Amino acid sequence: MSYRIQGATGEWEVVIGLEVHAQVTSKAKLFSGASTAFGSEPNSNVSLVDAAMPGMLPVPNRECIRQAVRTGMAIEAEINKWSRFDRKNYFYADLPQGYQISQLYHPLVGEGQLLIEADEKAGIPEDKVIGIERIHVEQDAGKLMHDQHPTMSYVDLNRCGVALMEIVSRPDMRSPAEAGAYVRKLRSILRYVGSCDGNMEEGSMRADVNVSVRRIGDELGTRTETKNVNSVRFVMQVIEFEANRQVDLIENGGTVEQETRLFDPGTGTTRTMRSKEDAHDYRYFPDPDLLPLELEDSFLEECRASLPELPDAKRQRYENVLGLTPYNARELTAEVETFARFETLLAATASAIGKDEKAVATQVANWALSVAPGVMKSLGDEGDPAHATAEAQAKILKMQVDGEISGGQAKEIFELVLKTGRDPAEIAEAEGLKQVSDTGAIEAAIDDILAANADKVEQYRGGKDKLFGFFVGQTMKAMQGKANPQVVNQLLKQKLG
Amino acid sequence: MTEFTQMGVADIRDGVAAGDFTAREVAESFNAQVAAAAELGAFIVTTPDKALDAADAVDAARARGEALGKMAGVPIGMKDLFATKGVQTTAASHILEGFIPPYESTVSANLWAAGAGMLGKLNMDQFAMGSSNETSHFGSVKSPWRKDGSNAALTPGGSSGGSSAAVAARLCPAATGTDTGGSIRQPAAITGITGIKPTYGRCSRWGVVAFASSLDQAGPMARSVKDCAIMLEAMAGFDPKDATSLDMEVPEWEAHLSADLSGKTIGIPREYRMDGTPQDILDSWERGKEWLKDAGAKIVDITLPHTKYALPAYYIIAPAEASSNLARYDGVRYGLRDLPEGAGLQDMYAATRAAGFGDEVKRRILIGTYVLSAGFYDAYYNQAQKIRTLVARDFEQAWSQCDLILAPTTPNSAFALDEMQGDPLAMYLNDVFAVPASLAGLPAMSVPGGLNSDGLPLGLQLIGKPFDEQGVLDAGLAIEQRSGFDAQPDKWWA
Amino acid sequence: MSVDKQTVAKIASLARIHMDDAELERMAPELSQILDWVEQLGEVDTSDVEPMTAVIPNTLRLRADEVNADAKTAGDRREDVLANAPAAEHGFFGVPKVIE
Repeated sequence: MSYRIQGATGEWEVVIGLEVHAQVTSKAKLFSGASTAFGSEPNSNVSLVDAAMPGMLPVPNRECIRQAVRTGMAIEAEINKWSRFDRKNYFYADLPQGYQISQLYHPLVGEGQLLIEADEKAGIPEDKVIGIERIHVEQDAGKLMHDQHPTMSYVDLNRCGVALMEIVSRPDMRSPAEAGAYVRKLRSILRYVGSCDGNMEEGSMRADVNVSVRRIGDELGTRTETKNVNSVRFVMQVIEFEANRQVDLIENGGTVEQETRLFDPGTGTTRTMRSKEDAHDYRYFPDPDLLPLELEDSFLEECRASLPELPDAKRQRYENVLGLTPYNARELTAEVETFARFETLLAATASAIGKDEKAVATQVANWALSVAPGVMKSLGDEGDPAHATAEAQAKILKMQVDGEISGGQAKEIFELVLKTGRDPAEIAEAEGLKQVSDTGAIEAAIDDILAANADKVEQYRGGKDKLFGFFVGQTMKAMQGKANPQVVNQLLKQKLG
Repeated sequence: MTEFTQMGVADIRDGVAAGDFTAREVAESFNAQVAAAAELGAFIVTTPDKALDAADAVDAARARGEALGKMAGVPIGMKDLFATKGVQTTAASHILEGFIPPYESTVSANLWAAGAGMLGKLNMDQFAMGSSNETSHFGSVKSPWRKDGSNAALTPGGSSGGSSAAVAARLCPAATGTDTGGSIRQPAAITGITGIKPTYGRCSRWGVVAFASSLDQAGPMARSVKDCAIMLEAMAGFDPKDATSLDMEVPEWEAHLSADLSGKTIGIPREYRMDGTPQDILDSWERGKEWLKDAGAKIVDITLPHTKYALPAYYIIAPAEASSNLARYDGVRYGLRDLPEGAGLQDMYAATRAAGFGDEVKRRILIGTYVLSAGFYDAYYNQAQKIRTLVARDFEQAWSQCDLILAPTTPNSAFALDEMQGDPLAMYLNDVFAVPASLAGLPAMSVPGGLNSDGLPLGLQLIGKPFDEQGVLDAGLAIEQRSGFDAQPDKWWA
Repeated sequence: MSVDKQTVAKIASLARIHMDDAELERMAPELSQILDWVEQLGEVDTSDVEPMTAVIPNTLRLRADEVNADAKTAGDRREDVLANAPAAEHGFFGVPKVIE
């Protein structure tokens, strides 16, 4: 089922392309030694180079180039061994040089792609490959504040010169859901690679959203570009709003202007951005302060060798090798922190139990995705997540696998671990949180119950199999829930025989 | 009393080192000379205390028996394109008037580290754009030279016109210059001094107000080849802050100077013999050939077929780069701000830049903006960069036939101030012989080649292979030894 | 090809240099003369020629990812950065109010 805008005159298709600006993880700026730290005093992370003092010159930061190359490799893109920086010229108060150093003619990373997975609930019926046209490296601009003074805007250059990757998609998306999935997937890849922290609130990732509409089968319509959208939800809202606005406009006899727009999160609407109206002639040309960037094979090899297992590969391995359900595999691989915790716990549990990872993967996955988060959530502030070490959790899982504790006891023990940091085995012992597997005690309990319910025993033996559950329940109750259910089952079967 | 102001870099340095006189005496003497020459307009600001402090430091170091730097005790003039910490740096533009850099350019820092002292900041064409020093916001510089029998003020050339005038008038033994398309060589030639533009990348551009980044190179201007060699050694060197800086050791040019050119072949480019080149220029070129031959060199005719396209290509590339490099002068972070009543940000930019830039700077910014604007990039900028490749290729091919090239530096001697105002194109043609080497990034030098019939100096230009400053200096020395050039302007000022 | 007054006005606006009518009138023929002169570059067949990228054989060096390693290209110098500003206020550069 495709996403369509229902206009007064018929159905319209939405065409979406995204330019995502991702802040490269680096300590220093792209062309200067000033820090990239977030939240510093205004204009404190500004070098003479960033402030474009007369005679200042840029020298590129190797780490920024390296991270962009690794990102390119992660989206299976062509890496251009010869690239150049260009100047994009325009006048604005957040741009001290009067030009942004960017890459137009010869970007660092060429054609690549990214897979978004089918998600029926979200409205994505099947897997889809989204083309990525290029990734280039460029400088971020500074920041203007408009609400500090009645007649002045204030300029803070702290962000000015921070390295960005501009990741330009093909106009391959056709719904807000696809665009949302694209941004989430891209963010996940960037975080796996470690080239961007993906923190959208702090502006580490922003999207310029290009939207146009057309009647089914028509040529591409005129697009608008909504700048600096900083959450997945907002990206989806922009598309929704723009698509409907454009359809209304066209159906009412108007035409869509190719223009830059701004999103207002308060109202969920977009509006024309006045300040950059005449800035379309950027007079790009190669930056004469910088020579062409030529990458050596050894550099590329190092970049490739340092790439981690990526989301798609990891998800497939979880399904095919570890035998996890597609749902669990997807949940566990979505975020770096999630899979990192899972893999540590999996290794610790497998080693504690003495089995291979595959044998315990499903149990660990269930624990990691639902049991442990549930306990932590219910405890809230009472629990200290720092106590939830892989070692402690592996011990709990081992006790459970060995039949020493029940699932319920596992939760109780984990609760106490979170509250106190005590050792799980010691808790089980001291708090009596252990299953009784002692056949003598269980047998005695069963004997009493069978004696007290002779009529039901008769009925059961007469063929009323359902009563088995009754006997189990009674036995467990008598044992105060601490009997090992497997032992209870086994003994009951013998005695009812 | 020793006439310090007649002494050059080597003599001062050696005299100070030997204890024949103190650096302070030298500095005082030049300070007085500078103070008495205000009429030339060579300096925008003078810094006598800086010169004295540097001199005292050298004298103290000597007294302590410490090793002295390459320029120890030599007071120099600093072109106002170099940022000097705590001292106004304007590039001779109103838009930077009052700008006090909190930093020191690499080249000037290198010179101070070598023991040089600063007499002041030298006037120049605004943002180094000009060939006559008439585009300065702080007034034209007058050449110390005059035509025989005339009192008309002449140009000292440009853009390093304050430097050339000051060195020729003995206000300083040497000065820094910068050369984008002839701005060291042309003023040196028409004031009878020596100046070398090294290979692109030898001198760091960090802290030098940018005109055209792919062409700008700093270099020394002095009154002898040896002085230039000494000063260039002090200025040059790898700078990690400049991505185009050459990561090479600085050779010991002074120590290896040799006027023996046996085994060297000098190329004479046929295309530099242009229609309308005055006879006195051609005559001086002929004399240059003879002197080099006399020094043992072989002379061959060569061809540099794209020479005629070098100047127009330059007048696309340099303004294009400048239009972008000068975008930072916007009244926000430093320099002039013109904020008309009720003006918005973009109005403030337009007003500030209209009030701050001079006519020639505006002209070049407009040309540069035009040639880079939508739809014109390929026809102008890209085509010019292709021509630049061809110009560089011409030189590469010439190097299979010769080691150095000899040509005139300029197509004429000094012209009168105002003579070429209102005809920008005629002014641009002054650099016709200088620009090809700039486009190819090659080391090139101007040495005096004698006086013309009006009693005005003419320069001879030597162009070398990349990194072969030594070859250029050696040939310059051979000419210097044979020309016997010792003319100096009569002191009509003060 | 020559540029007329309107074209000069457009370029001047792009370059953010205010020019009154008289200046535009004066500038137009000057720029035309220069542009007509550089047109001669079109005579040269450059179809097989690469544009110049580096004038002297040299490769782009990259910097290590270090904060404030060299004081000359370091941050943490707000006073220096603001020292020459025509309107520095509360640690910011002030500009006429911008409506985005």
